[in-house]
Amino acid sequence: MSGADATIRPAGSGGMGRGGEVTAAAAVAMDPTGEAGIRAPRHGSRLPVTVGGLVATALASARGVIGYAVLGLLAAGAGAVADAYTTVTLARILALGLLAVSVAVVTGWAGLPSLGQVAPFAVGAYTAALLARAGHPIGLVHVGAALVAAGLFAAATGLAVVRTRGTAFLMVTLAVGELTAAVAARWTSLTGGSDGLAGIPATRPVWGVPALTDDRHVYWYVLAVTALVVAVTVAVLRSAAGLLLTGVRDHEARMRACGHPVAVYLLAAYTGAGAIAGVGGALLVSAQRYISPADVGFEVAALVLLAVIVGGTTSIGGAFVGAGLIVGTRDWLAGPWPGHAPLLLGTVLIATVYLLPGGLAGLIDRLRQRAARLGVRS
Amino acid sequence: MTALLAATGLRYTYRRLAAVDGVDLHLAPGAQHALIGPNGAGKTTLLHLLAGTLRPTGGRIRLAGRDITRTGPARRARLGIARSFQTPALLDSLTVLDNLVLAGWRHTHASGWAPARYRHLAGRALADLDALGLADQARQPAGTLPHGQRRLLDIAVALTGAPKLLLLDEPAAGLEDADLRRLRAVLRGLPPETAVVLVEHNLDLVLAAADTVTVLHHGRILATGSPHDVAADPTVREVYLGGPIEAVR
Amino acid sequence: MGLVDAYLIPVVDGLAYGLLLFTVAAGLTVAFSVGGVLNLAHGSLYALGVYTAATLSDGTWTGLGLAVGVGTLAGAAGGGVLAAGVAPLAGRGHLAQALFTFGAALVVADGLTSLFGPDELPVTIPAGLGASAMIAGHRYPAYRLAVIAAAVVLAGACWLVAARTRVGARVRAAVDDPQMLACLGVNPRMVQAGVLAAAGGLAGLAGVLGAPIIGPGPGTADAVLLLSLLVVVLGGLGRVLGALVAAFVVGLIQTLGVTLAAGWAPFLLFAAMAAVLVARPARTAGGTA
Repeated sequence: MSGADATIRPAGSGGMGRGGEVTAAAAVAMDPTGEAGIRAPRHGSRLPVTVGGLVATALASARGVIGYAVLGLLAAGAGAVADAYTTVTLARILALGLLAVSVAVVTGWAGLPSLGQVAPFAVGAYTAALLARAGHPIGLVHVGAALVAAGLFAAATGLAVVRTRGTAFLMVTLAVGELTAAVAARWTSLTGGSDGLAGIPATRPVWGVPALTDDRHVYWYVLAVTALVVAVTVAVLRSAAGLLLTGVRDHEARMRACGHPVAVYLLAAYTGAGAIAGVGGALLVSAQRYISPADVGFEVAALVLLAVIVGGTTSIGGAFVGAGLIVGTRDWLAGPWPGHAPLLLGTVLIATVYLLPGGLAGLIDRLRQRAARLGVRS
Repeated sequence: MTALLAATGLRYTYRRLAAVDGVDLHLAPGAQHALIGPNGAGKTTLLHLLAGTLRPTGGRIRLAGRDITRTGPARRARLGIARSFQTPALLDSLTVLDNLVLAGWRHTHASGWAPARYRHLAGRALADLDALGLADQARQPAGTLPHGQRRLLDIAVALTGAPKLLLLDEPAAGLEDADLRRLRAVLRGLPPETAVVLVEHNLDLVLAAADTVTVLHHGRILATGSPHDVAADPTVREVYLGGPIEAVR
Repeated sequence: MGLVDAYLIPVVDGLAYGLLLFTVAAGLTVAFSVGGVLNLAHGSLYALGVYTAATLSDGTWTGLGLAVGVGTLAGAAGGGVLAAGVAPLAGRGHLAQALFTFGAALVVADGLTSLFGPDELPVTIPAGLGASAMIAGHRYPAYRLAVIAAAVVLAGACWLVAARTRVGARVRAAVDDPQMLACLGVNPRMVQAGVLAAAGGLAGLAGVLGAPIIGPGPGTADAVLLLSLLVVVLGGLGRVLGALVAAFVVGLIQTLGVTLAAGWAPFLLFAAMAAVLVARPARTAGGTA
């Protein structure tokens, strides 16, 4: 998938936009054929986020911007031509895709493997659902409230959770996710218990616009909000924040020894990811007009982690591709073999763990390197 | 003269073993102090205690009069303590340039907004890399560097931010002659106010670079003084050197 | 008398639940510290035992005995299969291995619902264990007492093996220094497989014995996994004694939670976990991990 954040840029391409102190000699890239044998870093040189920098980025990666624009148009068009069921499914894929983006931020960028992003997702979803049922159908309000609620939830839980690393973090986040689903299933008076909340009224994107009853309109609304969230996320990750997180991921002790408040960075990433997941939850509610604990349980956590692994752990665009692939395959297989989603998820997860350590992005990397070594320009 | 660093009664016990057992260390600004001793003597543990990556089980550490015993490594770094690591600690997927930029990130008071800060730090970093002979590798991922250059970069990272106290953990380990010479040049070229605590096995470097040597043994100070005095001390010879320094050369 | 009984029964319940959880969680924590694998399929191994009990335990003592045997073997076999699946991933780190077990858990979950259907199944236990026992003038639920007794015996046996036998010594050595162990001619992969199989067997056995307490159903594996993870986090990774204390705490919260304030249990459990994580003594001077 092309796109400025998803492609592997050789380290030298970031030379534009720097101040005059940077000499041309220094801007000469590393060996362009990749013979060093290691993956070129995705974020070799962080471009500053200024207007000038953005223009430079756009020019330097015009392909990427055009790629995104084309993708956006295709996505919008898909909503126009597809039937109602597919459109709703596409909208749900976008919502789950945001959840996958949340996982990518925590697991890929912050380096903390999380099985618990479904928790802020649930908080956002139920917040939006409750607001809608209480007579506040404005989508903007849903998204805003979900963002804040999920963000606060993530910040509060993060204070405890971010003190762990690695497998301990995996365990703790799994526990958080499961506990949240358990609360959703038990607190019947608030959440409707295991039956969930149904009959959620249609969303009105902003004041003055009528409620969206057409599935296509709902889809475009979800697409618009998703695109906005993704744009902001990518912008943040390509700025200093992304550089700092990459540093922490590479060597936390070294970052500390240089004075960086690592815990603050990780908590900020965890909170931001929680907010993203919360927005995804609100969008899911708009798309399917229903929410239940099954939408935020074990299986969904597995699905999005798999989506991120398949798409490449640091790739925001890949997260959507992964989510689309997994949900698509699951729904496609549900026709002939209903009820076997866990089997599919489990086998694909096992296969991915064995065969694709770097996800699809890693596979693309390896193919490019092989091509480069053969002298083929990539 | 006020001491830059005053560590008193430092103790670190882990599972009933006292790795550091009542060590005192006083450093004036600009002092170059070497820590030597057999393996397991507690040198690296002492360094960790000074850096803040380990919490002492007893004792006190003061930096320029301020008590930092309970201060964590990040805050200590911002107060002016920098360190290199036994295995060079670099951000492997980032470029050499970015490694230095991030190293200086929290030390600049210059323009808070990120893009300007980056440009400022990148300019300084390139100058530093030039001095180290690493300018050609500026845009390479740090993970691709050979060991000697990794070691030099690790020290350069520590020096970014003009630390008051530099803790070096066996910087000469695994270095070939050319890199060793560069290392010596770096140590000679340090700003005069920068104090150094150097844990090292390479006695040539110790004799050349240090004005005070402390010998640790079983977590305690065996002897401390000028390199010559320590080398001549019979207990030290017995325990560690196994003979006069001249014989080792 | 009646008042005391009313409190005694939940306490006995809590004890039984806690010991049951301990039996499961001990396997999980040892599998991690020795085998190096965070086994997210551990709940599924318990589920194997639970469904074995539903199938084979028909109210007779032979039925129960058969269920115990088959359930333990099924759990051990499951552990062995997981060890085999995880071995090729050894070089890729803990996360890859944990994800493999996660995938395995999903596959087993699907298999069990396919075989046994999506509903919760009843378990028949021998009549002798179903009633209350009168001890010292108080009535206790007999089955819970039996579980407590069995768990204590099991724990004692495990301790004996770990502390007093050569096998146990090898396992302890594998925690400290697997490479040294390999130099002594013991294959660490074999030790890992053995530990996973033993942990699996324990989980299966716990499943059979615990079936009347945490019964067979589609959510059983997840629930047991969650509870075991909580016990492991609260007790400290790799700490068996810590797991014992934590298991009691979790067991009490779960059982009292049902009687006192339904729905509060998840909050209490989360609060306990957060408290432990925040209060854990940190190694660095500043208190960060």
